[in-house]
Amino acid sequence: MDQVITLPQPVAAARMKLVCPAGTPPALKVAVDNGADDVYLGFRDETNARNFAGLNFDDKAIRESLAYAHRKGAQVLVALNTYPQPATWRKWQAAVDRAADLGVDAIIVADAGLLAYAAKTHPQLRLHLSVQGSATSHEAINFYHERFGIRRAVLPRVLSVEQAEKVVARTPVEIEVFGFGSLSIMVEGRCALSSYATGESPNTHGGCSPAKAVRWQQSPRGLESRLGGVLIDRFGEQDHPGYPTLCRGRFVVNGDTYYPFEEPTSLNTLELLPRLQAMGVKAIKIEGRQRSPVYVETVTRVWRAALEECARDPQRFRVKPAWQEALAGISEGRQCTLGAYHRPWK
Amino acid sequence: MKLALGPLLYYWPRDTVIAFYREAAGWPVDTVYLGETVCSRRRELKLADWLAIGEALAAAGKEVVLSTYELIESDADLRAMHSVVDNGAFRVEANDMAAVRALADKGPFVAGPFLNVYNAGTLSLLAGLGATRWVAPVELSRDGLAAVVADAPAGIETEIFAYGRLPLAVSARCFTARYNNLTKDHCEFRCIEHPDGLALDTQDGGHFLVLNGTQTQSASVQSLVTVLAGAKAAGAGLLRISPQSRATGEVVAVFRDAASGALAPAEAAVRLAPHLPAAACDGYWHGKPGLVSEWDGIRELVTESEATP
Repeated sequence: MDQVITLPQPVAAARMKLVCPAGTPPALKVAVDNGADDVYLGFRDETNARNFAGLNFDDKAIRESLAYAHRKGAQVLVALNTYPQPATWRKWQAAVDRAADLGVDAIIVADAGLLAYAAKTHPQLRLHLSVQGSATSHEAINFYHERFGIRRAVLPRVLSVEQAEKVVARTPVEIEVFGFGSLSIMVEGRCALSSYATGESPNTHGGCSPAKAVRWQQSPRGLESRLGGVLIDRFGEQDHPGYPTLCRGRFVVNGDTYYPFEEPTSLNTLELLPRLQAMGVKAIKIEGRQRSPVYVETVTRVWRAALEECARDPQRFRVKPAWQEALAGISEGRQCTLGAYHRPWK
Repeated sequence: MKLALGPLLYYWPRDTVIAFYREAAGWPVDTVYLGETVCSRRRELKLADWLAIGEALAAAGKEVVLSTYELIESDADLRAMHSVVDNGAFRVEANDMAAVRALADKGPFVAGPFLNVYNAGTLSLLAGLGATRWVAPVELSRDGLAAVVADAPAGIETEIFAYGRLPLAVSARCFTARYNNLTKDHCEFRCIEHPDGLALDTQDGGHFLVLNGTQTQSASVQSLVTVLAGAKAAGAGLLRISPQSRATGEVVAVFRDAASGALAPAEAAVRLAPHLPAAACDGYWHGKPGLVSEWDGIRELVTESEATP
């Protein structure tokens, strides 16, 4: 885990960027040390979609992290990827000003009004469209490009590889896709399940299935996990109890108890890398600002190595068992899926 | 306040749909939203059929609006969206930014509930592109709505989701197909077997959600019939009623009388109760979890001990 690899020189122009999560300064440091091109982080408030206690960066931490990343040739992106709320929406504008003043390399934004503000007020500030913006076609992405000059868009985890390829071919905007991490079942930015049960959702409060709404309870029928009082799952002694994220629960439909939305599993697209590279995807995103520095270190190291091999010789690219093993150790539910990239998943 | 019949969110047989709107022509609604918004595989009706229904409703004095898909994935989805946008007869409700792009600067359109308008900045942007009405996201509370409206551009109409199972989430995956161990591409169109969606319960028997293909809805029925005075004060000008398989006309009638003041809130609740297919909820409106019911005398969604966090 402590191994720091020496980075080879950038190879082909097609080499994809590796975009890694940082919930804390130590996570940012290991991401940079292990070969992240971009690291994304958030302020300590509801302006970002991982608004969890103990996570995120104050101004001092951002300044130090920026200096560290820039010294090592990495860029820092600030996620302002929640929807500005009615009474306090100017707080999000202030967050854009703050990011610009700090000199960050780009901001990642979901809300169209906030993008308009950023484009007008800080024309030099690089804008990325967040996955929470739910832009699932080249026409939607080009809307944001034409109106606000966005330079990169993160694709929601809903398109098949064939569909993603068509998007890339028909937009001047750089396309970033999710490579690894927690798998969103619903279209990002289009899910209110969490607020239905708890009053807080990614769109409104920057978090899904908030920890304060979680209750664990031993019952005669097993260990029960509840979210906002709603029974999400029940575990026997053979089970591995997982965090009660609403769409990973076991529920009952017509008498069948199963995972109606998705099993606990992680997205892992390592095997798609040559295809993603060939179609012109510019960046691969790793999910997990809420995860530990050990997670960030492992996933960054594996993906850096894979991206280098893919850039060097895409024809002969093979996923190494050691990579998969390392990633399996940090995956949710220890299972991996290609998600929507593989059409039958839908 | 005006009444609007929202787009039909379920997959009903063609004849059922046609009969439904024939009846709706006689209901006291001002506006009717038409078209398939949930899944591009649902093709009981073609655009020409929707246009014909629209013409009949317009002849009956209704404002007709055509709604676009809530999720666009394929080229075929984009083409279908453009056909709706270019229909040449009726105003269009945009439910994603590709549709907004297609509608921008070409005349008035409706900013649909899936555009995530949570603040006046975004609303002003959409108004500048031609939106003359917006439908608030279901999560927005009364206070949130009032705050957006307070800073909203002059003249824009505000619509709220006043009645029906809440469309909570959109996915690329079809959960009705998954329940049937089918993939979406080979779904056998099973949604047609569930005219009000497929009920999903918790393991302790709570009625929690409803699967409607790629859309997930609340099991409880949001009903704002008891808070219409507050809705008006907050700036709502239109009340959206979401079609259900039975008694939609009766629901419309209760809302008409409640909105006009002919029915007091408590009376309206009593009149509405027999037409509710499930428990009522109105938590979002009160700034609480959506499943909460503040409505006196209405059953909680789940057992009492579980209803509040």
